[in-house]
Amino acid sequence: MAEILFTAWLIARKDLTIEFRTRSAFFSAVVFALLALVIFYYAWDPTAVTPTDLAPGIMWVIFTFSGLLGLHRSFGVEAADHAIDGLLASPVSRESIFLGKAIANLIFVAAVQVIAIPALVLFYNVPLGGIAGPLVAIAILAAIGLVTVGTLFSAMAVNTRLAELLLPMLALPFFVPVVMAAAQATAKLLSGRPLIEAAAWIKLLLAFDIVFVAACSLAFPFTVED
Amino acid sequence: MLLNARTDTEVKLPLLPSIAGLSVAGAVARAAFFTPLEARQGAAQKIFYIHVPAAWVAFMAFFLVAIASGVYLWLRDHRLDQFAESSAEVGVIFTTVVLITGPLWARPIWGTWWAWWDVRLVSTLFLWFIYVSYIVLRGAVESPGLRARYSAILGILGALLIPFIHLSVYLFSTMHPMPIVGKPSKPSLPSEMLVTLLLSLGAFTLLYFAFVRSRYRYAVERDAAAAGAPSYA
Repeated sequence: MAEILFTAWLIARKDLTIEFRTRSAFFSAVVFALLALVIFYYAWDPTAVTPTDLAPGIMWVIFTFSGLLGLHRSFGVEAADHAIDGLLASPVSRESIFLGKAIANLIFVAAVQVIAIPALVLFYNVPLGGIAGPLVAIAILAAIGLVTVGTLFSAMAVNTRLAELLLPMLALPFFVPVVMAAAQATAKLLSGRPLIEAAAWIKLLLAFDIVFVAACSLAFPFTVED
Repeated sequence: MLLNARTDTEVKLPLLPSIAGLSVAGAVARAAFFTPLEARQGAAQKIFYIHVPAAWVAFMAFFLVAIASGVYLWLRDHRLDQFAESSAEVGVIFTTVVLITGPLWARPIWGTWWAWWDVRLVSTLFLWFIYVSYIVLRGAVESPGLRARYSAILGILGALLIPFIHLSVYLFSTMHPMPIVGKPSKPSLPSEMLVTLLLSLGAFTLLYFAFVRSRYRYAVERDAAAAGAPSYA
């Protein structure tokens, strides 16, 4: 187990180094998130719906779509020069590759959130301060679910004729329960309800993570066999 | 194995499509003319005899896709993949019927075309999304072995997703009529209506098998023609 985690971290570090040196996907994801915040603000009548009511939904829709930008790159970088063949030929288990890719994507999504959430507080005047603790927990649970399913579909989509066009189509239905649970739980907390009212949604997130981390790790080796 | 796949799996039931077609026509005729009107909903309730059987067939189709997908990853028999492909396509057709008849029924009875809080309607919409993308995925992969593995993964994950969709919509609460067919004590559906529903379920199930068989034969012929020599890895 320690061996798997260690090699997974090596792979995650490789991906993060590529991303850190080029910063292409990260910048486009962050700018996308900021632009989307602006567009959503003007897409509603502020006298009919308050920005605080809109914020949870907008936040999670934006994370989902900006996450897709990073997810596509996850296996997109391996497609260039058949880099994936080198990765598969190396003495690293398939589980480590999947886990490493997922960890890199998780850090990517978290880094986008670290910039986008303060921007949301700023633009929408949302008082997130009091609920920061539970919100971080919800964000981590939701990000694990999004990233696990997204990493698997990224590995599949990159080998299809449609490539990046296919990823949203495959992944978004799976993102719906996650986005719904995260947004509803965030909304409950934002409206000052006690944490217990969001408990059902948090349990749903937890169950989703357990089921899909297991299912996607088992499924991944089938996507890369020859 | 590929070349004799056709003779292996040929089921000798040449009249199946005709029997299925006639059964559906018979069930619809019985529902329309020989089943009493429901007291409160009137003629609008007649769509029940199409909506529910179509939903039953759609769920069965996707359940069978998931089973065939799982067994395919284990045994690697390409006939399972061809079956999953056929069942998914037929399932999408029946899901489309559910999604058309649902709003048509909801409009006069609930006063709205679409009910986001209704667990079964929304779950069906997601079945439709998943299996339409399943078909698109199949069309986007060139290599038959890769296509079979990818679609098997999606077939299994799609089945795992449905309980989560169900649960998350349920947390929004439901206004769908609770099932009154299979109550163990006493079915509250009057017996004439129950018989019509069961006949309709049987007829739609026959229609499913007739469609899937035609679609499966097409897949076998197409793969045999495309391969010339077996190309399944």
